[in-house]
Amino acid sequence: MRYSIGLGKDGVEERLERNGISRRDFLKFCSAVAVAMGLAPTMAPSIAKALTQGKRPSVVYLHNAECTGCSEALLRTYQPYIDQIIFDTISLDYHETIMAASGEAAEEVLNTAINNPDGFICLVEGAIPTANNGLYGTIGGHTMLANCARILPKAKAVISVGTCAAYGGIQAAAPNPTEAKGINDCYGDIGVKAINIAGCPPNPLNMVGALVAYLQGMNIELDSDGRPVMFYGETVHDQCERLPHFEAGEFAPSFDSEEAKKGWCLYELGCKGPSTYNNCPRALFNEVGWPVRGGHPCIGCSEPHFWDNLSPFYEA
Amino acid sequence: MSQTPKSNYSGPIVIDPLTRIEGHLRVEVEVENGTIKDARSCGTLFRGIENILKGRDPRDAQHFTQRTCGVCTFTHALASTRALEDALALEIPKNATLIRNMMLGMQYIQDHIVHFYQLHALDFVDVVGATKADLKESVKVAAKYSKTPTSEADLKAAQDKIIGLVASGQLGPFANAYFLGGHDAYKLSNEENLVAVTHYLQALRVQVKSAKAQAIFGSKNPHPQTLIAGGVTCYNSLNKASFDMFNELYQECLAFVENTLIPDVIMVASAYKDWATIGGGPVNYLTFGDFPMPGKERDLKSRWLKPGVIKNRDLTKVHDFDPSKIEEHVRHSWYEGDKARHPYEGATDPEFTEMGDQDRYSWMKAPRYDGMVVETGPLAQMIVSYAQGHETVKASVDYVLTTLGVGPEALFSTLGRTAARAIEALVTIREVDVWFKELQDNIAKGDEQICVNIEVPKTGRGVGYVGAPRGALSHWLNIENGVIANFQLVVPSTWNFGPRDLEGNLGPVEVALIGTPIADPKRPVEILRTVHSYDPCIACSVHVIDNDTNETRDFRIL
Repeated sequence: MRYSIGLGKDGVEERLERNGISRRDFLKFCSAVAVAMGLAPTMAPSIAKALTQGKRPSVVYLHNAECTGCSEALLRTYQPYIDQIIFDTISLDYHETIMAASGEAAEEVLNTAINNPDGFICLVEGAIPTANNGLYGTIGGHTMLANCARILPKAKAVISVGTCAAYGGIQAAAPNPTEAKGINDCYGDIGVKAINIAGCPPNPLNMVGALVAYLQGMNIELDSDGRPVMFYGETVHDQCERLPHFEAGEFAPSFDSEEAKKGWCLYELGCKGPSTYNNCPRALFNEVGWPVRGGHPCIGCSEPHFWDNLSPFYEA
Repeated sequence: MSQTPKSNYSGPIVIDPLTRIEGHLRVEVEVENGTIKDARSCGTLFRGIENILKGRDPRDAQHFTQRTCGVCTFTHALASTRALEDALALEIPKNATLIRNMMLGMQYIQDHIVHFYQLHALDFVDVVGATKADLKESVKVAAKYSKTPTSEADLKAAQDKIIGLVASGQLGPFANAYFLGGHDAYKLSNEENLVAVTHYLQALRVQVKSAKAQAIFGSKNPHPQTLIAGGVTCYNSLNKASFDMFNELYQECLAFVENTLIPDVIMVASAYKDWATIGGGPVNYLTFGDFPMPGKERDLKSRWLKPGVIKNRDLTKVHDFDPSKIEEHVRHSWYEGDKARHPYEGATDPEFTEMGDQDRYSWMKAPRYDGMVVETGPLAQMIVSYAQGHETVKASVDYVLTTLGVGPEALFSTLGRTAARAIEALVTIREVDVWFKELQDNIAKGDEQICVNIEVPKTGRGVGYVGAPRGALSHWLNIENGVIANFQLVVPSTWNFGPRDLEGNLGPVEVALIGTPIADPKRPVEILRTVHSYDPCIACSVHVIDNDTNETRDFRIL
């Protein structure tokens, strides 16, 4: 809470100084942002520059067919904390889970934000139900299908947060009752090209990292599924702390076995690490763990259509 | 008691999207001379997850159902896992139950803190008012309510932050808030506003820690991934380093609940005592309780918080919960047909009419218990436990009521519902330590078993009951040929936010809205107060059993 005086405005460093916050403190904060992006802390000065130029960039966060788990994951970010992001780094102009305004007042906020002359970045959570012209999901009386068609093309950048927005996610699993689709699938033909931050939910480091990378004007290299290579460039398996057990042929035959207790490889219990691209073993969740460390097989949640393609999740 | 401001407006008000909730909710009310006369609660998203579950491995269900809701994370995974264990008539190791209890306990804390500060507080707290607060006076206000009050430095940092935000002209999440420019229905002093805003910001950090505490045993949050039918898998957490880390986070969360959350609820309640007479809702309450005794995971009666039903607000008698008394109505929902059915015999064909239709107006069904409209959630749990004479619940409820100078009848209100949630957080987080100590004792004695192996049965059926932070949650599983033949979720927010039933009885939140005064129809914060007091979770509540036409399910109640 120390960096608390409107970083987006001009003369921020002078004002920080006046409040007893040195440039050094501020750079420490920026290093944390750099780490969040998977960058070296030495990038801090250039991040500081990006964060102190004029107005804070406007972010509009939309919810479609989803469970709000991605928003919850974003709330858990700790490098930097969420209050530092939404009050000091960006201007979170629309987010239904935390915004004060409701109903017409909320719609007004949205309309102002998407017509902001400085533009806006759009984060999207959730899939688009497309069956019956979108009637299975509405907000403010408009279908999600129409809402996103109206809003996304106006955005400077679109980031699909989570596997639902990226690829359709759980509601798109067979038999896909609402014909749910991911953003690029749904709106590619009108020129929308979203960055996919896959995961169910994604690690908040990947969300924040992608956002800051975009704000910095970095060239974000994407894989064939639209995911940033800096986060999704390697398989979970290749980064797994249990890889030596795999290579030694040491597998847990059941969850209650001595081998499971000793932390041997979970491949024979159904682990999807080898076919899953994500940085879980390195990034960790909540600073403490990730499923395989917790003794549970990876279910492949950052892969397109994993609910169908990688299930059943357990073997034996 | 202070006067509740009221306009002379007559006409409709529609709030869509109703924000600061999980999911997509629309509320329509009819106001007559400044008072709500009629109300409709409408879920506006349908996903069909139960349909998707059919034909899959029963062990996979927990991963799917957990994605019903990322706010109620863990609870659905637990309900599905318990359903499979029930189908196997399986008892799990003591440590598994202890770890599950600790994880569920931390989920309560996570949910209840985020609900009060991030989702509900702005209905009572004017953020901009905090910019005008006198710091010295604010320190006094904080000290009036809390034994370990927030320091002047922290209050100043928060005030500076809000001043900076306002000065930047980019209000972000506070843009267009109902309190901007002043609102008659907001009553906290500037100093009280500052204390609350300071804690709003602190809560954003504390919730990171409560989630981390859960993730020590759950591998991640949201959507922990260490549950399996048969126990838990987190062998990596059964060591001193993990226990020490948990304890540190736990103590911090405990201190926040005791020294910040409870005092803030009392501070807000003291300024809004009229809300102890508004938003009462239905007169019947249903709860499943939770936190089973180790070694008795499937025994509902062994739970630390116990199940029960209160009828007609009569606290002298708690009725046993009987699963056969549940029916789901669709007469006013966007599904074909009129007949109320037991969930396991339900048939559901989506049939959308139109948004704003007064007759069929929601994707939610309307569950009823024994023909009654019932409320579920922390208020239901606290009054059931209170009526059962649960010692710690009784002591905490009495403490809050005495501090506020009101009687138990004040619980049946918007304010009572909000206070009950904080009380549930308090009693639960204190109890987490009991399970934590027992776990450590077991490990020290050499009992490190946390799971048993299972085999999926060819056929079977089972139910998993969870006392989720939002109330009574149950998953009903039917297995045929080793795969899911039918899966049913009966979810807290469906109980609370469902529409009218066949007889035209209003759903709980609809009842609760009737009689609410509206000061400014353009900025109807009063609707948000009562709706938010139920902590809506709409993604959970909209679901379908079966798309096949009118097929009778062979699922029976256990």
